[in-house]
Amino acid sequence: MSVQVKFRDVTLGYDRHPAVHHLSGEVAPGALLAVIGPNGAGKSTLFRGLVGILKPLAGSIELGGLDVRDIAYLPQSAEIDRSFPISVFDFVGTGLWRVTGFFGGIGKGARERIAQALAAVGLTGFENRNIGTLSGGQMQRLLFARVLLQDARLIVLDEPFNAIDAKTSADLMALVEHWHAEGRTVLAALHDMDLVRAHFPQTLMLAREPVAWGETAEVLTAENLKEARRMCEAFDEGAAACAADATRSRAA
Amino acid sequence: MIYDALIAPFTEFEFMRRALAAVIALSLGGAPIGVFLMLRRMSLVGDAMAHAILPGAAIGFLLSGLNLFAMTTGGLIAGFTVAILAGLVTRTTGLKEDASLATFYLTSLALGVTIVSIKGTNIDLLHVLFGNILAMDDQTLLVVAFNATISMLVLAVIFRPLVVESVDPLFLRTVSRAGAPAHLAFLALVVINLVNGFQALGTLLAVGLMILPAGIARFWSHDITGMISIAVVSAILSGYAGLVLSFQTRVPSGPAIILVAAVLYIASVLFGSGGLVRQLFPGRHLEA
Repeated sequence: MSVQVKFRDVTLGYDRHPAVHHLSGEVAPGALLAVIGPNGAGKSTLFRGLVGILKPLAGSIELGGLDVRDIAYLPQSAEIDRSFPISVFDFVGTGLWRVTGFFGGIGKGARERIAQALAAVGLTGFENRNIGTLSGGQMQRLLFARVLLQDARLIVLDEPFNAIDAKTSADLMALVEHWHAEGRTVLAALHDMDLVRAHFPQTLMLAREPVAWGETAEVLTAENLKEARRMCEAFDEGAAACAADATRSRAA
Repeated sequence: MIYDALIAPFTEFEFMRRALAAVIALSLGGAPIGVFLMLRRMSLVGDAMAHAILPGAAIGFLLSGLNLFAMTTGGLIAGFTVAILAGLVTRTTGLKEDASLATFYLTSLALGVTIVSIKGTNIDLLHVLFGNILAMDDQTLLVVAFNATISMLVLAVIFRPLVVESVDPLFLRTVSRAGAPAHLAFLALVVINLVNGFQALGTLLAVGLMILPAGIARFWSHDITGMISIAVVSAILSGYAGLVLSFQTRVPSGPAIILVAAVLYIASVLFGSGGLVRQLFPGRHLEA
């Protein structure tokens, strides 16, 4: 298996309006790929398509034999009800869902794994606190611990370092590098270009359509960034049907 | 003296023993469901469902008289129909659950009232509206106990997905397909417990023995296991005290039970953790 993710001319969007338009490309297993682009560029939409929450309007996404439910996905704005009375330990434990399912007990081994995951993100000692008592940074650490427990071949992080202080981002970035070293495929949407340059070998620049995709140094040029901003025009209520599709279907 | 007031009614009268058994079964089945309704911010959904059931029960009554089996079946069908249709509309379109449920239960209510007005014998329907826990026969008691048992078993099966779906629905969607079935099963449990309650408390108060104990529990516990236990205990306590009150004062049994629960609720609001008294006298803040 030489491809972990393959986008085949995929178009994703809402109400027929594309947010990601005709994206093709491959992500190799073990890649550490940054997805960058202005707000509204389609980064989150791309990830939602990848994890199967959003069906493509056209084209397809192949996962190299992986089930969508075996992807660890950290959404940008998690819809977490933090007033729900659940402890840090139990919450992180849900990361073992694919192992435990409905009824599987949390045995000694699982308890140890949960403790290790909490230790890895620096939340040892928080086990019995309710999730509602955590700060924003601690909550993000908690979500990383859950991703850790999911033990996934493919990890998708949507703007994981938003509104997170430098120390926490550095700690969590170390975790991402660790996953990379373990040969997992990691895709992360990011806005911090210095972080991307420092840690991500490959970058996809998205502005509804792919602007550039390849080695980070070659993608992150001033011209590309400018081009991305220009291409990211507003959602057009009266947009016509996609011309590229029309010519293609005429040809077929 | 105390024995005469608190225990003698149950040792002397069989109908009081049956009523107590029924209220214990209702508490065991309904109170945990109430806790989830509260935590999922669906307390008023329970109320709406209670209205949705009413026409189904009325149709059952019109077709076969005061037959509890027919009325239960009618209520279940009406409740399930509304719950499932509303759930499906919510899941397939962007409409929020409360909005779609309101639409369906109002339709159901209007339909039911129309059907009732065609025949128009309302006297026995008072029994359906306000219930009569003191008139439990063996068959009814068995139905109540059976429904409560089913409710507890199903809740045990869907407990984990239900908790995860309540906390982080998006996560559950990415790891499992259990979210939607668990949610529908939960709505079904709400309906079963409401129908169960209306034989004892009436359609309009049935939801009370689910929601009030949950509200009480919220003030005394910070984890879900504790909340469920406290909710069940306070529901049983309200049921018992309400029956005693009803026996001694001739207040109707259904309202008496709910009023006792309301007193417990007010006490919890005042004295529970996070309650008003604690807020007025919080103590000095801590070092760290």
